[in-house]
Amino acid sequence: MIYNVLIGGAAGLGMETMAFILEKTLQRKGFEIFVIQDYMSRVRGGHNFFQIRFADEEIDSHGDELDGIIALDKETIQTHLNRLKTDGFIIADEEIDFRDARLYSLTLKSTAKTIGNPKVFGNVALGAVLKLFNLDFTGIEEVINEKFKAEEAAIQNMKAFGEGYKLVTGKYGIKVNGKADRILINATEAIALGALASGLKFYSGYPMTPATGIMNYLASKMNEAEIIVEQAEDEIAAINMAIGASYAGVRAMTGTSGGGFALMVEAIGLSAMQEVPLVVAEIQRPGPATGFPTRTEQGDLKFVIFSSPAEIPKMVIALRDPEDAFYQTQRAFNLADKYQIPVILMGDQFLADSTRTVKYFDFSKVNNDRHLSQEVYSEAKEYRRYEITDTGISPRIIPGKLPGTRVLMESHEHDEHGQITESGTVRNRMHDKRLRKMTYLKEDLQEPVFVGEEDYDTLLLTWGSVSSPVKEAIRLLNSQGKHKYSALLFGDIWPLPDKLLKEKVKGVKRLINVEQNATGLFSSLIRECTGIECDSSILKYDGRPLSSQEIVSRIKGGEQE
Amino acid sequence: MNQSVFPNLETAWCPGCGNHNILSALKGALIALDKKPYEVLVVSGIGQAAKLPQYITTNGFCGLHGRALPPAAAAKIANKQLTVIVNSGDGDSYGEGGNHLIHTIRRNIDITHFVHDNQIYGLTKGQASPTSDIGHITDVQPNGSNNIPLNPMLLAIALGCGFVARAFSGDLEHLKSVMVEGIRHKGYALIDILQPCVSFNKVNTYQWYGDRVYKLGGDYNPENKLTAIEKAMEWGDKIPIGILYREEKPDFHDKIDFLKNGSPLVDKVIDMEKISGFMNDFR
Repeated sequence: MIYNVLIGGAAGLGMETMAFILEKTLQRKGFEIFVIQDYMSRVRGGHNFFQIRFADEEIDSHGDELDGIIALDKETIQTHLNRLKTDGFIIADEEIDFRDARLYSLTLKSTAKTIGNPKVFGNVALGAVLKLFNLDFTGIEEVINEKFKAEEAAIQNMKAFGEGYKLVTGKYGIKVNGKADRILINATEAIALGALASGLKFYSGYPMTPATGIMNYLASKMNEAEIIVEQAEDEIAAINMAIGASYAGVRAMTGTSGGGFALMVEAIGLSAMQEVPLVVAEIQRPGPATGFPTRTEQGDLKFVIFSSPAEIPKMVIALRDPEDAFYQTQRAFNLADKYQIPVILMGDQFLADSTRTVKYFDFSKVNNDRHLSQEVYSEAKEYRRYEITDTGISPRIIPGKLPGTRVLMESHEHDEHGQITESGTVRNRMHDKRLRKMTYLKEDLQEPVFVGEEDYDTLLLTWGSVSSPVKEAIRLLNSQGKHKYSALLFGDIWPLPDKLLKEKVKGVKRLINVEQNATGLFSSLIRECTGIECDSSILKYDGRPLSSQEIVSRIKGGEQE
Repeated sequence: MNQSVFPNLETAWCPGCGNHNILSALKGALIALDKKPYEVLVVSGIGQAAKLPQYITTNGFCGLHGRALPPAAAAKIANKQLTVIVNSGDGDSYGEGGNHLIHTIRRNIDITHFVHDNQIYGLTKGQASPTSDIGHITDVQPNGSNNIPLNPMLLAIALGCGFVARAFSGDLEHLKSVMVEGIRHKGYALIDILQPCVSFNKVNTYQWYGDRVYKLGGDYNPENKLTAIEKAMEWGDKIPIGILYREEKPDFHDKIDFLKNGSPLVDKVIDMEKISGFMNDFR
C-alpha cells in the first residue's frame, strides 16, 4: 500500500507543525515516508503545501496522485482537486464553503476553541486523518510531548487528536509494520551530519535558500560538537574563510546555491592553486539571478564543473538522496584531503527539502583520513609545500607545529617552496603537477548505480536527486510494460566515470536522459566525454520536482508517438 | 637585527619603496615580541604590499585580491596559537576588500592588520586608490580623483575597533613600536601605515609625509573616543601618527567557551560517539 496526503494553506497557518506531527507519527508506526515541501519565497500568505507519501514498501519518490487533501483554506482544494483520486478525501473546516462528495466538512476550529486553544485545530484535523486510515494512537503522544515542551500545550494537542478522531468513521484498512528502525531526515541535514562525522570544525556560509539547512543544523550543534559556524558577510568571505581554516589544518566547508556559488568561483581556483582542501555544497535552485528561490532545478551542472578561471583539478559529486548525502559528504572530505583540491557536492531544492525515512547511518563505515605528511621536517630536513611528486600530491603539514618549517601557500604561480615565479619551465612543471592529480583521482571514482532488468532495451541516464524518482519509475515500468527498462544513476559526475556507461549502452535500443533542466546538460556532458548520444530526453524546468509517475507517463507517451 | 631568525630575502620592490621599511619594522617587532617564524602567519591579498609574505620566513598565505581578512580570521579561529598578521595595501584592504574590513572589525578576532597605504595603486601602475586625495590626477582619473577619500581611521573607530593606529614608513623605530603594540593588542588591530610610492605617486612623497606627520605625545589619551575621532579627522597640513584609539574588550574567542578554553580547534579530537548520537534528533 502507498498513500499520499497533502496539507496545504497560506504560509503562517501552522502547516509545518502539522506536517511534522503527521510525518513523525507515521514514522514511529514503521511506515516508509517521502515528504516534499512546496513553498513560496514569502513569510506570510501565498499557497504552500506539504505532500506526505507513506507506504509499507520501499518508496523513492513523491507522488502526484493524492489520496487525501487537508485544506486550511479554499485555495488548497481548488488548486489540488484535479489530482485527488475519485475515492479520495478532503478534510476542511466547516467555514470553508466548497461542494464535493469527497469533502469532510468538520468542526475543526470550534472543537479547538472548546478545548481552550484555537491553535490546536490542526491536530483536530490530524486526529480525523488518523481515524480515516484506522490507525491507533501509538506514537502520537511521544511526538506531541517532544514537539510541545509546555505541559498544558501538550495536553491540549493530545486532546485535539482525540476529538478529531471522533469526527469521522474509518475509511481505509492498513496494516502497521511497527518496525520503527528508521530516521526521518532531509539531505541538508544529512550533509551536515556527514560533515560532523568527518570531523568538520569550521563552516562558514551566507544564508541562501535552499542551502541554509546545512548551516542551520550545524549551528544547532555548535556548542555540543565544539565547531565554529560563522555567518559571513558574503559568499566571497564565506569561501575564503573556509580556505583559511583549512590552510590552518581543520576540516572546513562552505555551502550556498547557484547565485552565491557564482561569487565563490574565484576562490574555487584559489583552493586548486594553493592546493588547500575544500568542500563546498552547491544546492541548486532555478536561476539565473534570483530565479525561483524556493524551487528546484539542475541547471548548474556545467557551471559548477567548469567553475574557476583556467584549468584546475576538481571533483564534483551529485548527491542522490539523504543516505547518499551522508556518505558522500564524508567521502568528499577524504578526497579533498587526499588530493588537496576543491570537492563540490551538488544538490538541489528537491533534495534539500524532501524528507525521507532512511536506515541509521553506519558510523562504523566512517573512516577519516587526513592524508597529512608524517615526516618530521625541520631546518635540517627542508619542507617544500609544493614538492613535485609522481602523483602530483605534495606533502601537507599543519602550519605552526614544527619549528624550522615554513608553510607558504601562494595564489601566484610558484615554485616548490611556494615562491612566486615567472619561469615558463616552472609554470609547466607546476601546472602539470596540479593537473596530474586528476589522473589519479580517476582511480577513486565511483561508477553510477545500475538499477533495473539485465535484459533491458531502454536505458535511462540520470544524475543527482532525480536518481530516486527514476529508480522508482524503473520498478513501475518493469511491472507493467512490454519493454524492459534499466537506469544508470550517476553520483560522481566530474571527472565523469565512463566504464559502466560504455558497457551498458552496448546494444541498447533507446537511451534517454532524465534531468531537471531545459537543455539536457548531463547528456551534453556525456557526449563531450564519451561520444555517446542520447536518443531522447525527459526534461523538466518549471521548478517542480519530477516524480516517478511523471517519468513513467512521459516515457509511455514517448513510446506511443 | 637578528639575521639568523629573519634573514633578508630578495624582493621585487622598487628601490626606495616604503615597503622595505615596513618589512624591516615587522621583523623587528616580531623579534621584540620573541616570536619564532613558525609561530607566525602572515596573510595578504594581492598587490605590491601583498608580496610581503614572500619576503619573510614566517608561514605565509597569499590569497586573492581584497580577500586577505577572511582567511586570516579563519586561520586564527582554527589555531589560536598562531600569531596572525595581515599585510596588504590600501587598494586591497579598503577597495576590493572594503566589506571584509567592516565585518572583520565587527568580529574582533585577535589579528593585526597592517595596511601599506600609499594612496595609489602601485602594481597596476598608478590608478587612484580609495585614499587618494581629491584632485589627484592619474591616467584613469585625468580630471583628478573626484571621490571623497576614505578615512580608514574614522571608519574603524566608528565601527568599534579596539585598536586604531597610524604610522609612517619613514619613521622606522616609531613604526616598529606601534606594530609591537598592535600585535600585543587582544582583538583586531588596524594600523594604517603611510608609505610613499616612489614610482607612481609623485604627490604624496617622503617629503610630503615628512613635512606633515607628527607623533602623538604622552599627554594624548587614546582611550577617549571623542578626542580620537577628532584626531582621526586631522588630515592635511598636519597628520597625527601613533595610537589614535585603544579599547580593551572581549575578542571573538572570549565569547565562545570552547574556543577560549582548552586546546586550539585544530588539536581538538572529535567525539564520534557524541556525533553519532545526533542521529537521535531524527528518530
